[in-house]
Amino acid sequence: MTLEVLKPGLLTTVQDGGRPGLACFGIGGSGAMDGPCHALANALVGNRSDAAALEISLLGPTLRMQHDCVLALTGAPISARVEHAANRFDMPRWRPVFLRAGSLLSLGGMASGARSYLAVAGGLQAASWMGSASVDLHAGIGRALAAGDELLCKRSPQPNGLNEDQRWWPSWSINPKPWFDPAPRPLRLVAGSHFDALDESSRRALFENEFRLSADSNRVGFRLLGRPLKLTAGLELISEPVSFGTVQLPPAGDPIVLMREHPTTGGYPRIARVAAVDLPVLAQRQPGDALGFERIAADAAEQLLIRQLRTLQELAAAVRARVTTA
Amino acid sequence: MELSEYQFEALNESMLLIRVGSTIEAACNARVHALARRIEAAGLPGLIELVPAYASLGLRYDLVHWSGQGSSAFDAIVRALQAALCTSQEDSAPTAAHTRLIEIPVRYGGAQGMDLESVAVSCGMSPDAVIGCHSGALYSVAMLGFAPGFPYLIGLDPRLQLARRADPRQSVAAGSVAIGGAQTGIYPRVLPGGWHLIGTTPLRLFEPDARPPCLLAPGDQVRFRPIGEAEFNAMAGSPR
Repeated sequence: MTLEVLKPGLLTTVQDGGRPGLACFGIGGSGAMDGPCHALANALVGNRSDAAALEISLLGPTLRMQHDCVLALTGAPISARVEHAANRFDMPRWRPVFLRAGSLLSLGGMASGARSYLAVAGGLQAASWMGSASVDLHAGIGRALAAGDELLCKRSPQPNGLNEDQRWWPSWSINPKPWFDPAPRPLRLVAGSHFDALDESSRRALFENEFRLSADSNRVGFRLLGRPLKLTAGLELISEPVSFGTVQLPPAGDPIVLMREHPTTGGYPRIARVAAVDLPVLAQRQPGDALGFERIAADAAEQLLIRQLRTLQELAAAVRARVTTA
Repeated sequence: MELSEYQFEALNESMLLIRVGSTIEAACNARVHALARRIEAAGLPGLIELVPAYASLGLRYDLVHWSGQGSSAFDAIVRALQAALCTSQEDSAPTAAHTRLIEIPVRYGGAQGMDLESVAVSCGMSPDAVIGCHSGALYSVAMLGFAPGFPYLIGLDPRLQLARRADPRQSVAAGSVAIGGAQTGIYPRVLPGGWHLIGTTPLRLFEPDARPPCLLAPGDQVRFRPIGEAEFNAMAGSPR
């Protein structure tokens, strides 16, 4: 049971729930840049939230189904054309979609956002390292999809109500709004331990100025271009653990937000961190996009994240129940 | 060490940092590893991982487990850690059973140890004396970071302590043994680097498919053993 990769897309990787627990060996957690959209794609096909699925960046792959399967697309609105025999149609997103063997799914560009997630019922049976299928390019663990790859997955049973066109999807879908919203809004930042080492105008600039996402941003880190930030004096720092969302300030003055494939330790000043509740929003920004920040207290950031995790868990459970009992 | 000497800092909503000091010193790093052992021994629930660094310890926890206790999860786990550390004894030195001694064969100099001559000049020694000095010391893995399996080793002879290269290299070969400041390290794979390259090891420090994937672990002790071309070539072809 396979999906055949005809074109790999710009950067398509297998991601699951990541591999936390190995940072003491310098091995980071990796995992989906936009965790909620990854989890919801899985829930829509009845998978566990942390099942292996495809993370698609900016330009999608072309895949041929070698068997019947149920798929779901979430995240950035990506063009998704399906060809099966004489039929041509757009694959709807945010809902499970049954496609017949032989269907050709051509994923293209994104109208907005930067990352889409494609899950397959049963989960991708992908190569696994240290208990996780998550590719971590920066760490040298796995690789991006390439033309000719075959992705293993399970055969899906034929759903009731299959129409004459040999395709099926339910009339309902998840409302994407809470999980993907391209409208610009400030991201929330918690001040870091070296925030006070910024000079006064840089402290103001972090929250008042506009930054642009640099073109060299990737799964390791997002570089923010703007008026460079300055410290009042150089800090002599030694390497300390860092995490997803840490905002570091290298000497050149352009802040870097650490993303999923970040090194486990870092020695630059930690001026701030992006509130985890807003990291999926950041992960959907494209190079060149404008970014602004507003300050939030650590406790408030924690409460927002707990609320988001609960909402996500409840929604995923409800969707999964609906899909698996249908 | 008194409890008040630990500083707690939230790194994000599910990771905190316990700072023990601010310098790269063996004694301070030993306290970090001792602290990690005490926290492990305390068996706190909802603890995902400990990440030792030179002078600080990262601690990743399960946010949901530690929330809903009448305060932020960060405050709740800091309180629990303080209580656990109050009641446990500081073990200053690890027992022999805790510590592994790993020998790393190194072919010094040559194409992958291209800075050996310049290091010798900077240190006012002969290349052989540099080799003797580097392979004569006992090192400990202060931390791993930068890339999977990259060990930051402390214990470098002060005579070999040099500032980093003014122009870092874009690409340092896998297996390269390097010195920089008070540290020595080994590149697990091709990486950029600003340290001085003095040799190369045939051992693989990180193999994603191997068990365990990393040759070295935090707190391990390491010795370097000089080897010649023939032994290097014989080992380079064989698995770990």
